[in-house]
Amino acid sequence: MGVEGIGARVARKEDKRFLMGQGRYTDDMSVPGMRYAAFVRSPHAHAKIRSIDTSAAKDMPGVIAVLTGREMLDDGIGNLICGWMIHSKDGSPMKMGAWRPIAHETVRYVGDAVAVVVADSMGEARDAAEAVLVDYEVLPAVTDAVRALEAGQPQLHPEAPGNLIFDWQLGDSDATDAAIAAAAHVTEMRIVNNRLAPNPMEPRAALGIYDSAEDHYTCYTTSQNPHVARLVMSAFYNVAPENKLRVIAPDVGGGFGSKIFIYPEEIVCLWASKRAGVPVKWTSDRTEAFLTDAHGRDHVSTVKMAFDADNRITALKVDTIANFGAYMSLFSSSVPTYLYATLLSGQYAIPAIHANVRAVYTNTAAVDAYRGAGRPEATYLLERTVETAARELGVSPAELRRINFIRAFPHQTPVIMNYDAGDYEASLEAAMAAADWNGFPARKAEAASRGMKRGIGMSCYIEACGIAPSAAVGSLGAGVGLWESAEVRVNAVGTIEVLTGSHSHGQGHETTFAQLVAERFGVPIDSVSIVHGDTDKVQMGMGTYGSRSGAVGMSAIVKALDKVEAKAKKIAAHLMEADESDIVIENGALKVAGTDKSVPWFQMALAAYTAHNLPSGMEPGLKEGAFYDPSNFTFPAGCYIAEVEVDPETGKTTIVQFVAADDFGNIINPMIVEGQVHGGIAQGIGQALLEGVHYDPETGQLLTASYMDYTMPRADDLPSFKVSHQVTPCPGNPLGIKGCGEAGAIGSPPALINAITDAIGNNDLTMPATPQKVWAAALAAGN
Amino acid sequence: MYATNYHRPSSIAEAVALQSASNEAKYVSGGMTLIPTMKQRLAAPSDLVDLRHIAELKGISVNASRVRIGAGTTHAEVSASPELAAACPAICHLAAHIGDPHVRHMGTIGGSIANNDPAADYPSAMLALGATIVTNAREIPADDFFTGLFETALEDGDIVVAVTFDMPAKAAYSKFPNPASRYAMTGVFVAKAQDGSVRVAVTGAGANGVFRHAGLEAALSADWSADAAAGVTVDAGDLLSDIHGSAEYRANLVKVMAKRAVAAA
Repeated sequence: MGVEGIGARVARKEDKRFLMGQGRYTDDMSVPGMRYAAFVRSPHAHAKIRSIDTSAAKDMPGVIAVLTGREMLDDGIGNLICGWMIHSKDGSPMKMGAWRPIAHETVRYVGDAVAVVVADSMGEARDAAEAVLVDYEVLPAVTDAVRALEAGQPQLHPEAPGNLIFDWQLGDSDATDAAIAAAAHVTEMRIVNNRLAPNPMEPRAALGIYDSAEDHYTCYTTSQNPHVARLVMSAFYNVAPENKLRVIAPDVGGGFGSKIFIYPEEIVCLWASKRAGVPVKWTSDRTEAFLTDAHGRDHVSTVKMAFDADNRITALKVDTIANFGAYMSLFSSSVPTYLYATLLSGQYAIPAIHANVRAVYTNTAAVDAYRGAGRPEATYLLERTVETAARELGVSPAELRRINFIRAFPHQTPVIMNYDAGDYEASLEAAMAAADWNGFPARKAEAASRGMKRGIGMSCYIEACGIAPSAAVGSLGAGVGLWESAEVRVNAVGTIEVLTGSHSHGQGHETTFAQLVAERFGVPIDSVSIVHGDTDKVQMGMGTYGSRSGAVGMSAIVKALDKVEAKAKKIAAHLMEADESDIVIENGALKVAGTDKSVPWFQMALAAYTAHNLPSGMEPGLKEGAFYDPSNFTFPAGCYIAEVEVDPETGKTTIVQFVAADDFGNIINPMIVEGQVHGGIAQGIGQALLEGVHYDPETGQLLTASYMDYTMPRADDLPSFKVSHQVTPCPGNPLGIKGCGEAGAIGSPPALINAITDAIGNNDLTMPATPQKVWAAALAAGN
Repeated sequence: MYATNYHRPSSIAEAVALQSASNEAKYVSGGMTLIPTMKQRLAAPSDLVDLRHIAELKGISVNASRVRIGAGTTHAEVSASPELAAACPAICHLAAHIGDPHVRHMGTIGGSIANNDPAADYPSAMLALGATIVTNAREIPADDFFTGLFETALEDGDIVVAVTFDMPAKAAYSKFPNPASRYAMTGVFVAKAQDGSVRVAVTGAGANGVFRHAGLEAALSADWSADAAAGVTVDAGDLLSDIHGSAEYRANLVKVMAKRAVAAA
């Protein structure tokens, strides 16, 4: 590796502009004539709209337009859709209710849009929004998914009787039941995975610009995948055909999944821009974000894990109820199915697995992918259950895991996935050594002398990243392929632009992707620019989520670099009258191996564009594109260990140690990877100890609608992390990389809850493990 | 935020005149509650009368054993005051743990007690120290001042000018912060006066705001010790229950925080 190539800790190129306040986010965009949108939102969780009176609002100062859902319907704007078809076990397709961008008949959650005001200033738009009079007939609401399935509960959508969207299964039910019946021991648990609000630092925003001269739309939006946004807005929402719609996702301040989806607001801004004849910008405030950003998690599961007399896991049976909220968001159906149940084998050889998943409508915000998306839910369920089984069986948690680890690869699980490579023992050993696992009893005794309850817990996670082989996901119901595209443009002076369909919203692509090029051609990374996030620049791409930008996005770049390299070598060989096979690229020059002949990179590039002396028949220029479709998922895995101290008097948990030992395959920039792990663990600590969305169960009002009540992790909630990497290269892609973006959020919650329950001697504890809950659980255990 | 008119008086008399000129005017000091509330469009005063530039509201003094803190004194100033560190370090500790550095450099003691947020820290100190709230019109004992959730004995036009109290023999404040807001989930201020009398005030936990706890006062009057506090039964009956903590949990915290405060005093 060079100082800027693969494996180097290169400081992030993008940080200078962010640290100096020079990032350009959607809300920073300003165009001539631009006006501001404010949404009128339902204050009720469930109600019929009797009437909407916009007359007073239209007379307010500065108001240009007050628009309702009825007008949107008249203009032919389509319903929001879920793009992944799931079939119930009876063969019937999922039951998707209509989601209008602006509701005109029924509102189904607090925050549902019912009208939009366009005005000269944000203040005037908000003033006028308050003057829109909506007459509601309030209906009973249900927010809890388990309750929503019961008879006599409020019904959200006529398309989904009993609020049931699908009743899906994966695996062999009979074999699983038989193994459980024959088991020497069965561990049974009820596992709740708490609902989270995504909370990216930058709230969602959209700017819609309609150009009547060209009948063309431009949309600046906070998106993780602007091309998918354009495709969906064009193909399904009837906003504009693709050739008349440009989508730009400029700097985006975090997404964590919540900016994958297409929301009503960007559709409305585009539509309203034509209706009102002015560019229209909307920026969410924080409470609007809590109300309307797609939430994550919210599962209630029961699990049975069967063991034989040698403590080998013989079967796993899972029944999960997943809360989908009031509407099916873009990828909602894939999260508790193919991103969840397919990971239920964890790191273990389990002969029989059966999962049943019911998806349920409730009067809450939509639920969709959030950092990890299904895989944290699977890992939490599995790792809490394995830890509990170890306690019940009287085996050390490490030993029970070792007994059951998969050790031969490739390994076909009973739930679709084929693990390609891994060494789970290596991460377990590294984590236990880093945590000084064997020294724990002495530390526990010392803590006890101070009146503190010390506990230790581990979690061995696996995830499926590098999403995903297109044909495979197509066969499972995906509405899109999940390949990635890249184009490498070598300029006449040798500088390089890499156009990628991936999108960076915190991941550091401008640095990591440039390192890839620097490694290949020996050019400085400052001569490499990464272009992304604009459908007019990058032809097509699938965006960034599911830890796919490295494994899939960079693999596409590698394919394009291969083509560039081949042509560059041909040109250089021609210039030096050498054989193409003798050309090597080193330190920014193309050399004839074993001689002192060389052509600088820039000279080769110039030759490509002057075309004065190219090999016979070669086209001028040096620009190559590639699409990369992965052959398999990638399987990052690792072991996390948390050590905590609980103050039994107050229930406050202090994390005294946190160890992460991850196998992400090969690593391009260790500093960026460590940053991803740190951030992921912080979010996992948030889920485990702090964060939880609460709705009032009767009224459906969101009780955690600001940071006064929703507990975000703060610096003083977090310990220093001990992070290490074990490397088994991924055999499925050219760089051998697996992905690192979600691991921290996936692996950490069960380790923490295992540690806290170990400390207090009571296994009955749900996330977030707030001081009150831990105090009560410790008290119940006689502490 | 709705439009409002901002005024910057330089004297109490000018402030009162400005406030009385409108039905919808509000005094603002640090604005740590009022401004966020206005930003959320939950308050819409026609006029804001800023009390931060009035010299009469400034200053900390200790004369003999009587402590006086001007209402316009910020939490940062209280926490860093050498006079207060000598006279009543407990109040410096309390002020040093309000909110975050931004809040401590904006928020004022007068603003905090006039707002009487049920989870604010200062009201417990005022009650436990038996402070007197001095306004431009009257002097109000703390026992009569805090009348309910966000309610005080202040009348329209009243401006808190200062608080005064006798230097305690011993005092301490112990707080368990709400994990989300970091306001007090339960905060207990214990004070033993020079004459040996004990007052214990609790913030954050009461369903009706800050209150004195008779059981803790009796126990600590008889025996000023952490064990004495730990032996008291705290009734959950009048305590707050919300998503962060049940009344039973807060009752436990009252006892634990009282115990820790006594140990720290």
